[in-house]
Amino acid sequence: MMDTSAIRGDFPILERRINGRRMAFLDSAASSQKPVQVLDAMVDIYRNSYANVHRGAYTLSQEATEAYEEARHKVAVFLNAACDEEIIFTRSATAAMNLFAYGWGLNTLKPGDRILTSVMEHHANIVPWHIIARHTGAELCYMELTDGFRLDMEGARERFDERVKVVAVTGMSNVLGTMPPVDELAGLAHGVGAVLLVDGAQLVPHAPVDVQTLGADFLGFSGHKMLGPTGIGVLWGRRALLESMEPAEGGGEMIRDVRLHESDWAEVPHKFEAGTPPFVEAIGLGAAVDYLSAIGMENVLEHDRELTGYALERLAEVPGLSVQGPADTVDRGGAISFDLPGIHAHDVATILDQEGVAVRAGHHCAKPLLRSLGLTASARASFYVYNVAEDVDALVDALGVARRIFGLDGA
Amino acid sequence: MALEDLYREVILDHYRSPRNRQALDRANAVADGNNPLCGDEVRIELLIEGGQVTAIGVTGHGCSISQASGSMMGDAVKGRTIETIRTLTGRFKGMMSIDGANDPGLDPNRPGAVLGDLESLQGVRKFPVRIKCANLPWTTLEEAIKRFVSTD
Ligand SMILES: Cc1ncc(COP(=O)(O)O)c(C=O)c1O
Repeated sequence: MMDTSAIRGDFPILERRINGRRMAFLDSAASSQKPVQVLDAMVDIYRNSYANVHRGAYTLSQEATEAYEEARHKVAVFLNAACDEEIIFTRSATAAMNLFAYGWGLNTLKPGDRILTSVMEHHANIVPWHIIARHTGAELCYMELTDGFRLDMEGARERFDERVKVVAVTGMSNVLGTMPPVDELAGLAHGVGAVLLVDGAQLVPHAPVDVQTLGADFLGFSGHKMLGPTGIGVLWGRRALLESMEPAEGGGEMIRDVRLHESDWAEVPHKFEAGTPPFVEAIGLGAAVDYLSAIGMENVLEHDRELTGYALERLAEVPGLSVQGPADTVDRGGAISFDLPGIHAHDVATILDQEGVAVRAGHHCAKPLLRSLGLTASARASFYVYNVAEDVDALVDALGVARRIFGLDGA
Repeated sequence: MALEDLYREVILDHYRSPRNRQALDRANAVADGNNPLCGDEVRIELLIEGGQVTAIGVTGHGCSISQASGSMMGDAVKGRTIETIRTLTGRFKGMMSIDGANDPGLDPNRPGAVLGDLESLQGVRKFPVRIKCANLPWTTLEEAIKRFVSTD
């Protein structure tokens, strides 16, 4: 069990009033709020131990470097990685996926090869592949969904053959909440000699992830969706694969030697961290990981699941409302997209904001998915450790206001 | 900041029963506009004859503000000269800008610049993220006029 009231006390922003009302922040899938522990860790570095990392032989630089590498270790332990070197700090999940696409994809894929992904991906796991496909002549193929908003595994199985060299799939859809069976996909991918990249942008913040049992070969995610700051993300990869992978960016820190016409790369992870890294942000992420570990990721998952179950139940009371996503909480995270016929998602979001309820409206950076659902926009409520049932109640009440304004309550 | 300022009845009426919602058989100025951020889409088709918009089609989908703005715009533009439409466009966008609040009343007697129902969209100004929704049909209209190929 989680002590949500103690947790809420760590997030000063939750005390804000929006348009004179208690704020129900229901957009953590886009970016989560930050606890004071994370803010303090970053301020502490800036105030007391700030200097560039890996460069100076003086005290401040050593302290900053130690704190940075300590953050890497925390993330490695959080994911149960085989070693700290498997953790590459990037700018974001997007940058992590691009690093993999450019570093691995660009140098490996050939005409006739296939990149297999799913229609429920975020643009961050589609657009890099468009670019890589164009450069390499490989072909991008899609796994489809069932009517119940799950990955159609029957159809998916038929897509796996030796042409598939990489499978790039989300661990949890930011629109549907669906969590595809990563272990099964890993078996299928490895069975045809392909590598598996999991987009963990939603999975890692919301569920326990042990990379030694997950089945993936690479995993990308962002700090800002898991209580950490913006500007920091992670690409985890199996060490052997990382060692054979080419860097995607060149610059300082990532070299062993530079001559006039060529250079030698540093060892992993530094080979992939060109330039001054966002080390204060990495330290903030380390503090976020501490915070989440103290709660326990099993508890985070269970809390999200309880709220999701409650929200699905309460949203069913809203006449006409349809949820895009699994109707139960099995293998499903706390992102609930919905459509209210007769009121556009933007109007829903504007009206909800007036009631103090923050939800996301739009295509959620998943245009192929929305198009396949016959929508151009939807509204989405999403939960995290600091949300409570009262937030769900505020959402449902505000939806009543929206229906009244648009004259939908039959009055 | 009352929601009633934003969702005036006349706006909801245009949203529910959009005017000029038609594809033209014979259009000579066409443009598509969208807000990549939110997915609102609008298509403007014009028939321009003798320097005048003699027919307009406004289609697309999106939120109440973008769709109502397009519907009202069609009514305001139909039968007007390109010159007048330019003035109207300037006036509408002015109303939507920060300075719009300082507009000394939207004078109904001002020749060629009567916004009519469109004035009901003034409330949008208080919701900055929605201003681009209101402006979308107008920006698309400007684009269509730019693309006009004279068949006269
Ligand atoms: C499933 C998924 N993948 C990738 C991303 C991209 O994350 P970021 O914008 O932090 O790089 C997001 C979030 O926007 C997401 O939800």
